[in-house]
Amino acid sequence: MSQSKITRRSFLKRAGAAAAAAAAPMSLVEIAWGKSDARNFTFAYISDSHLTQIKGAKFVSNFDKGLKRAIAEVNFMYPKPDFVVFGGDLAQLGKRAEIDHGLELMSALRAPVKWVVGEHDFYLDMGEYWADKVSPLRYSFDHKGVHFVVLNSILTYEDWIRKWKTPEERMLAMARLDNPQGSPFIVGDEQLRWLRKDLAKVSSDTPVVVLSHSPLYKVFKPWNFWTDDAEKVQAELKRFRKVTVIHGHVHQVLYNQIGNISFYAMMSTAWPWPYPVSYTQAPNAVPKLTVFMNRADPHSERDGTGWGWLDLDSGRVNMHYELWENTPRTVRFDAAKGHPADTVYQDPAKRIPPQEHY
Amino acid sequence: MRYHDTIKRLAAAGVAALALGAAPAGADEFTKADLEKWRKEFMAVVAEGEKLFHSGKLGGNSVSCDMCHPNGANTHPETYPKFQKQLGQVATLRQMINWCIENPLEGKPLPLDDPRMIALEAYITYERRGVPLEPGKH
Ligand code: HEC
Ligand SMILES: [Fe+2]
Ligand SMILES: [Fe+2]
Repeated sequence: MSQSKITRRSFLKRAGAAAAAAAAPMSLVEIAWGKSDARNFTFAYISDSHLTQIKGAKFVSNFDKGLKRAIAEVNFMYPKPDFVVFGGDLAQLGKRAEIDHGLELMSALRAPVKWVVGEHDFYLDMGEYWADKVSPLRYSFDHKGVHFVVLNSILTYEDWIRKWKTPEERMLAMARLDNPQGSPFIVGDEQLRWLRKDLAKVSSDTPVVVLSHSPLYKVFKPWNFWTDDAEKVQAELKRFRKVTVIHGHVHQVLYNQIGNISFYAMMSTAWPWPYPVSYTQAPNAVPKLTVFMNRADPHSERDGTGWGWLDLDSGRVNMHYELWENTPRTVRFDAAKGHPADTVYQDPAKRIPPQEHY
Repeated sequence: MRYHDTIKRLAAAGVAALALGAAPAGADEFTKADLEKWRKEFMAVVAEGEKLFHSGKLGGNSVSCDMCHPNGANTHPETYPKFQKQLGQVATLRQMINWCIENPLEGKPLPLDDPRMIALEAYITYERRGVPLEPGKH
């Protein structure tokens, strides 16, 4: 651990912005674009801060520190990112105090924020405060020739929503990841119709990036690494040549390719989650493609957490995982292989012992 | 005197005979009902452990174990005792449970034989049932 601490990140922290620029080269290689007029650019991604109110103005300091550190480091990026995506789970139990606290910390960011809602922000009041104070729950926008769609992928079935006595009970039930009384996430038919309409005006050679909280494919149902109607969303995206889904929720390095769609997960700033392979009582569908992040050392609060920055390069994503207490990792779309690949560790012969999870 | 001795001896023999007859049931024979009862006792402690593991009240900051270890995952009870480099010694699962209570949960460590500690150990180990023992594995 102490070896890998002397990374570009800790260097970045000590150095000024100028040094940071030299240390963090953004690989914006210009490439011929074909018909689409997408240009290369960079954005940052912060996710799953899980700010937890203990009492009054007292919050769990471990999780506060994670978000603050990510914000400080994003502010050091040079060139500046075009925007920052917040990937959901700003709060732990959806409380107004937690969302307010998150907004206050996030206001230090010197770049516009695109917000994605997570289940921890939502199930106390079914997204009311979020929609009022933070952001619409679903929307789309165009940026430098790329069409972005933000989905609210953490909806669920009506009968489950109605079965709880109080909003607090419902929030707690959804917040518990391993809850046998949980309910799978859905995008829902109404939103699928909205998605179809939104995409109707977009040509098939326009790169599309979908931002969601849950993975828009099925990894492991017992922990809701899962979207129940994922196939329906994938079907809407089928006709596009370049499609990328970026999601939070799983608190780990995770990537996959399904048909024409590349999937990347973001780290959490708060804590890492085990890979479902390490729960031996239920089968899982963790993508074979993913080279696992290093096992975290609990003696170091920030190990196994981090943030990311992404270049849109010819309409494909290069994902840079900034892993605190760990060597950063880059996973980029490999055109020859047709899927995302870790630039260092994809070859099994190159892997290191900490990437072994059991 | 003699009378009493005789009675005593007879009684002792009787007890012995009774004991002989009863011995298998009392010692190394048990019934399905016993198994069921013991299983129930064990599962009650597992259930208690599951509750504690998911409780924001075990520590001092409302954080609970399951937030980082859903279904007890990543606790690897089958690898204990093992060398923990930060503790600088070969440690037991219970020491590591206490470490997580004191640090991410900002709480007070439990006595190693506290019923709550035993319950946590029972839950963690039960969720890992079927995995071969690998003492010392990091
Ligand atoms: C904020 C996150 C967090 C919380 C909360 C937490 N832990 Fe941990 N714990 C970790 C991490 C990370 C590891 C290292 C996992 C690994 O080895 O891959 C760990 C390791 C452990 C280990 C040792 C695992 C091994 O492989 O040797 C045990 C046992 C453990 N935790 C028990 C608990 C218990 C019991 C609680 C609740 C009292 C708890 N933890 C709460 C993060 C946490
Ligand atoms: Fe989360
Ligand atoms: Fe989540």
